[in-house]
Amino acid sequence: MTKAAGFIYTPNFLDYHFSEDHPFNQQRVLLTKELLEAQSTLMAEDLVTPRIATDEEIAIFHDTAYIEAVKRASNGNSKKERAQEYGLGTEDTPIFPNMHQASCQLVGGTLTAVEKILNGEYKKMANIGGGLHHGFQRKASGFCIYNDCAIAIKYLRKKADLKVLYVDTDAHHGDGVQSAFYDDPNVCTLSIHETGRYLFPGTGNVSERGIKSGHGYSFNLPIDAFTEDDSFLELYETALRKIAAFFKPDIIMTQNGADSHCLDPLTHLCGTMRIFEKIPLLAAEIADTYCDGKWLAVGGGGYDMWRVVPRAWGQVWNVMKTGTYCKGALPEKWISKWQNESPVLLPKNWEDGADIQPNIPRRPEITEKNKLLLEDMLKYTAII
Amino acid sequence: MLVEELMNRNMITLPPNATIREALQLLEKYKIRHITIVDEEMQVLGIVSDRDVRDASPSIFLDASDFSILNKEISTIMSSPVITIHPMDFVEEIAYIFYDKEIACLPVVSQNRLVGVVTEKDMLYKLIQLTGTHEQSSLIEVKVPDQPGQLPRVASVFGNHNVNIVSVLLYPYKDPEYKVLVFRVKTLNPMPIINDLREAGYALLWPNNIMEPKK
Repeated sequence: MTKAAGFIYTPNFLDYHFSEDHPFNQQRVLLTKELLEAQSTLMAEDLVTPRIATDEEIAIFHDTAYIEAVKRASNGNSKKERAQEYGLGTEDTPIFPNMHQASCQLVGGTLTAVEKILNGEYKKMANIGGGLHHGFQRKASGFCIYNDCAIAIKYLRKKADLKVLYVDTDAHHGDGVQSAFYDDPNVCTLSIHETGRYLFPGTGNVSERGIKSGHGYSFNLPIDAFTEDDSFLELYETALRKIAAFFKPDIIMTQNGADSHCLDPLTHLCGTMRIFEKIPLLAAEIADTYCDGKWLAVGGGGYDMWRVVPRAWGQVWNVMKTGTYCKGALPEKWISKWQNESPVLLPKNWEDGADIQPNIPRRPEITEKNKLLLEDMLKYTAII
Repeated sequence: MLVEELMNRNMITLPPNATIREALQLLEKYKIRHITIVDEEMQVLGIVSDRDVRDASPSIFLDASDFSILNKEISTIMSSPVITIHPMDFVEEIAYIFYDKEIACLPVVSQNRLVGVVTEKDMLYKLIQLTGTHEQSSLIEVKVPDQPGQLPRVASVFGNHNVNIVSVLLYPYKDPEYKVLVFRVKTLNPMPIINDLREAGYALLWPNNIMEPKK
């Protein structure tokens, strides 16, 4: 019998660790898992232990030369200049021991999730340890070594002729995944992110539409710095529904970066938990409407790992498992366990208080500008 | 940067006795807006823009019998003499010529022969590259007093973080006592740099002028 939802977890996910002060910290996965267990929405029987991806599987997206470079770095045998050609050993993606194995474990998580959906064991799978959307064919970039999203979609396409809708709500443009399927009409990508005018990686303009037979299957919503909930949700909800209706996917994959929150230190977006409640609800709705329930969710960015990420990713699972998000108080057990380690005061509730959002001086103009952007993008979703 | 680095070497040319019709066909075929008119030795005699050709063409409301005008020689409508440039001229200079003369195409001439063309579009393409927006990067704008030594001081902050700078621009601020330094840096995590710049007392522009947590 098909189970409704599975949660990929292994403590090995925490081996993907650049350094103590690096903002990308996979302890987020553990914090989320324990929050959900304390909330009793995640049970032992929901957990699925992932396998490790093989080199051959990594190579369905990445160049062999790049994989070899990662392995050399992993073993401490790489020369600085050579490694930097592949984006390794930079401030963003420093070299760490066994980085190849740790990266293969994250990819293995997303591949396990794909397999469980394809063989009918599960309808919906979450691998919040994955979502490394900046990885390129032969280059590490933006904290990402192997691009589990791109590998998983390539793998899925190889095993089954399903049309994949990839939806990326990370505050940074999902450039690695977009480029991987830029010429593929069977993989439609939608990324909503802070405009690249200020923020890394700079791409993701509304004019990026795909090439060759993939033209028309890449969508981008580069929203303005300091966009808040109402404007974010208006754009996202309208765009996602229109694009899903246009593309009619067989499976939806969501990248759930949690860095669009106003507490996130790396971006200029200004969302609150409201957007992280609505994003999974919409994903579930699209999955149930078009994909016979098939939905694969991965994690991604998110750099306020104490106050934002566990709640945001927690809601992805809550919606997957129960059909709705959690409200009210966070479990006391979780707060008391982690408060000592957290340098900031942990939140008390699943929701944010009204005082969390800063005063946004140019809010009406930001909303107006985003609205124009949406209209601009929507013209590509209808046949004239 | 020298003109020879960005000029287009695949030149579309016509002899002076070619017809206006031929010019029209070339403009459409290659989706270009200018044709350089040259003699057998590739010496530049004139230039014709799509507007020159259109001005000379009969109105679309006339019937086809009047289209004989397209058989006239192109030399009758070309602009001459032509402003030309040399491969070793500077890109900045052609930008000034485009602005000053209100034109959009410059034939490049060396030893009296046409060797390339530069259009406004070629120049804009270079400009996009100068701004660094075509490469993965984060943007940081720093307002500094218009005084010697500011750029190296600010740039050393980036150097301390071992972060590659994709592009640097320096432009005037509305208050003439200040300049704005625009850096595009290849990192997803500009926060350590931003914090160091703040600590060093530099004023950052939108959106990094708002302190964390964005309040």
